[in-house]
Amino acid sequence: MENFYKDNPSLKFHLNHHLMEKIIRLKENNFADKDKYDYAFQDFEDALDSYDKVLEIVGEICGETIAPNAESVDHEGPKLINNEVIYARGTQENHETLTKAGLIGMSLPREYGGLNFSMVPYVMAAELVSRADAGFANIWGLQDCAETLHEFASDEIKQEFLPRFNKGATAAMDLTEPDAGSDLQAVQLKATYDEQKNQWFLNGVKRFITNGDADISLVLARTEPGTTDGRGLSLFVYDRKDKALTIRRIENKLGIKGSPTCELVFKDAPAQLVGERRMGLIKYVMSLMNSARLGVGAQSVGIAEAAYREALKYAYEREQFGKPIINYPAVYEMLSVMRAKIDASRSLLYETARYVDIYKSYSFIQEERKLEPEERNDAKHHTRVADALTPLLKLFASEYCNEIASEALQVHGGTGYMKDFPVERLFRDARITNIYEGTSQLQVVAAIRAVGNGAYLKLIREYQEQHVKPEFEYLQHTLIELTDDFEKLSRHVLEAKNNELLDFHARRLVEIAGYIIMGYLLLQDTHRDQQYRKSAEIFIRKAKTECLSRAEFIRSFEEKNMGTYKITWD
Amino acid sequence: MSFKIVVLAKQVPDTRNVGKDAMKADGTVNRSALPAIFNPEDLHALEQALRIKDRISDAEIYILTMGPPRAAEIIREAMYRGADGGYLITDRKFAGSDTLATSYAISLAVKKLQPHLVVAGRQAIDGDTAQVGPQCAEKLNIPQVTYCEEILEIKEDQLIIKRRLERGIEIVKCKTPLLITVHSSAPTCRPRNAKLLMKYKHARTVSELVEETKDYTEMMTNKPYLRIDEWSVADLDANVDFLGLSGSPTKVKKIENVVLARKDSVTLTPEDKDMDFLMKELIDSHVIG
Ligand SMILES: Cc1cc2nc3c(=O)[nH]c(=O)nc-3n(C[C@H](O)[C@H](O)[C@H](O)COP(=O)(O)OP(=O)(O)OC[C@H]3O[C@@H](n4cnc5c(N)ncnc54)[C@H](O)[C@@H]3O)c2cc1C
Ligand SMILES: Cc1cc2nc3c(=O)[nH]c(=O)nc-3n(C[C@H](O)[C@H](O)[C@H](O)COP(=O)(O)OP(=O)(O)OC[C@H]3O[C@@H](n4cnc5c(N)ncnc54)[C@H](O)[C@@H]3O)c2cc1C
Repeated sequence: MENFYKDNPSLKFHLNHHLMEKIIRLKENNFADKDKYDYAFQDFEDALDSYDKVLEIVGEICGETIAPNAESVDHEGPKLINNEVIYARGTQENHETLTKAGLIGMSLPREYGGLNFSMVPYVMAAELVSRADAGFANIWGLQDCAETLHEFASDEIKQEFLPRFNKGATAAMDLTEPDAGSDLQAVQLKATYDEQKNQWFLNGVKRFITNGDADISLVLARTEPGTTDGRGLSLFVYDRKDKALTIRRIENKLGIKGSPTCELVFKDAPAQLVGERRMGLIKYVMSLMNSARLGVGAQSVGIAEAAYREALKYAYEREQFGKPIINYPAVYEMLSVMRAKIDASRSLLYETARYVDIYKSYSFIQEERKLEPEERNDAKHHTRVADALTPLLKLFASEYCNEIASEALQVHGGTGYMKDFPVERLFRDARITNIYEGTSQLQVVAAIRAVGNGAYLKLIREYQEQHVKPEFEYLQHTLIELTDDFEKLSRHVLEAKNNELLDFHARRLVEIAGYIIMGYLLLQDTHRDQQYRKSAEIFIRKAKTECLSRAEFIRSFEEKNMGTYKITWD
Repeated sequence: MSFKIVVLAKQVPDTRNVGKDAMKADGTVNRSALPAIFNPEDLHALEQALRIKDRISDAEIYILTMGPPRAAEIIREAMYRGADGGYLITDRKFAGSDTLATSYAISLAVKKLQPHLVVAGRQAIDGDTAQVGPQCAEKLNIPQVTYCEEILEIKEDQLIIKRRLERGIEIVKCKTPLLITVHSSAPTCRPRNAKLLMKYKHARTVSELVEETKDYTEMMTNKPYLRIDEWSVADLDANVDFLGLSGSPTKVKKIENVVLARKDSVTLTPEDKDMDFLMKELIDSHVIG
């Protein structure tokens, strides 16, 4: 029996983090459901045990059903027949199995049929499903939309749509349009209110929509004629039952082939307004995208884990010059660096998930009662850190995922380039992770704010206070030196008061912060469990060289040098 | 319409993943070295029962298993997949039972439960006899339909069943109560369900409760569905002469390690001489006999 949860002790390691007690207590609102539902948790131990056991179910389905289906799904892909998206056979089986296992709507409250799981185990499930089949992980992961409805929609909408998720309803997030990609403020799809029918109607085109033929779609649309920015946009929920959508095509693409990417035409499609008008982009979609970014972080770690395992196995089996290739420094270095990057990005993934968990729970508690002053501060702190870590996670995890998939293919040599081994699929699947839910460049645009307002520095200094065992102090010293330099470099760039220069160096600065943060996380992991020691050493050594090269670039750069980089096209 | 189903399931050592230490020096199975699992075809049997429950809202499914106390694990496994409860037949006096004695005990338990339908797997992967299902039906004096692949129609008093045979399929109609054995060509069992797992993970037999360090008293009172009943020889009113070693006519005479080695191919003619030769070969190589 393959079990992707049981064969990877890192997941349980992160599940057993000491903050889980606080996370669970907040999420369970002091176990208010205890006597209301027969499957509700009784206390913290019971909850953690249930997380563990449910993740075992996820791991088994991933190992026994989803992963074995991945190859045929990649070949077969979805089809468009009579304006309907028909999933590949394996995709259907995956979806049915997860539905029967009750694993859709995992984070929804029990009153809507959900499991009321916190983000940490939910994100773990996403990592597992992605390791098994990254394309399918999108279809399953779009249950994030349920969370957005739960957070912002009216009670009527919640009652109408949320209970459908646990029964297997699928979802889509319809944001992108031909002229509105990275810049969602440019969305044009029109929403008009018909006074007589007392109903909103949608008209326009959406592009690149994953699972566009879903049962339930969240649609970003312009409700305020004449406006041109994000403040004229509102969020809607559209029900597939209304059959007012034309699926113009399914894109033919490089990877995640099992996941249908659709072009949609809305024609007088009835829809219901979610929350308040004008808040669509600035509040609701921002929140939705933040969960989705966490999801892509999980997807990236999952693909990377799969690629690493393929490479490791191959490196032991393949012999050249009379011995297995794992014995050559060039090969074992590739593998150990892959391992270190996976450990680092996974640690950042669950750190981010914990911050998101805590601030989200506070926001729900806030609807029921006023928060105490110290709770309010705690909530604010966690919101700030979650906002800072989310784009950093998306940036690093997705870029690492690509590097790891590429190196895993390299370890396979010519065989890796052939369709015979899974690694070429992983390589293709990896390529989307740094594009959708905001490209890496757009993650930097979001993350640079945390350099500017000192959020990263504050967090790093907090990490610095944590106790390290004497034998790891030398690693901590390296990180402290890098932090001091990061502080000086940020000041250096910010004080120039030149926005273009800041944009120019933004990625370098954000990456320096990322290296230090992940270095600290691995140090903390090593403190708890020696199995991370090698990764911590390898990663921090790498962090130092990466940070120094960026520092050198920034220091030796003058504003006037930017001209050298401007390209003309003629 | 009410419809009560009893699924016979056995906990078996996972003989599909046999390692080096799977057999003891004396040639018997080293049970402690192999993980104990739900007999695979019994999961197919459970799925057939669950499909009936999907179609008839007030169908009830109970797992019946005979084995050591730890066999309660498979009752929980079945509850996570949708069974309503289970009974564990366990008693030291059952030790050493062969298929005849096993079916005797199981049939007594089934009588107590009075189901419309008994669903068994076709065969267990350790004993491999495929006898228990049919023997139970005989002892219960009810009809049996073996090699079931699908249940096409369900009425309180009658089932229409598709059987998978070596050279095709057969559709049969049979009155309830009856016993069916399910073939591995039937669909595999659905996964464990997260909510059911969280609901039933504390289900315990009395013997298990004794071993628990945690206090279960309150939970067991508030949630009676967490109790898994255990039946001993006395509970079944069984005649001990029909149980255990004394009730088992099968006696193990000798256990031998068999190594199958491929020999050169031979061509045989359809003549008595060659047939005798073939029979002798097959018996010598332990393929039959
Ligand atoms: C397979 C797939 C699935 C998708 N699924 C969905 C979905 O379910 N729902 C949905 O709404 N959308 C979806 N998308 C759309 C996706 O989110 C967008 O493709 C993505 O946000 C980029 O937009 P774009 O393609 O228009 O690129 P553009 O915005 O045109 O970007 C082109 C390049 O310019 C860079 N760039 C743009 N602006 C800036 C800037 N300010 N600073 C620096 N660099 C910049 C980008 O980084 C990129 O390198 C999907 C896309 C794909 C490929
Ligand atoms: C020659 C011989 C000697 C044996 N000697 C001993 C011995 O000394 N000590 C000992 O402990 N065992 C002994 N056994 C094993 C034991 O009798 C059998 O394993 C048991 O009767 C079930 O038979 P089986 O495994 O062949 O199951 P099968 O008949 O292949 O099983 C068919 C179906 O019957 C049902 N079923 C079978 N067993 C059970 C059960 N226990 N509870 C619920 N449902 C069940 C299941 O649905 C199963 O799929 C012996 C078996 C044989 C053949």
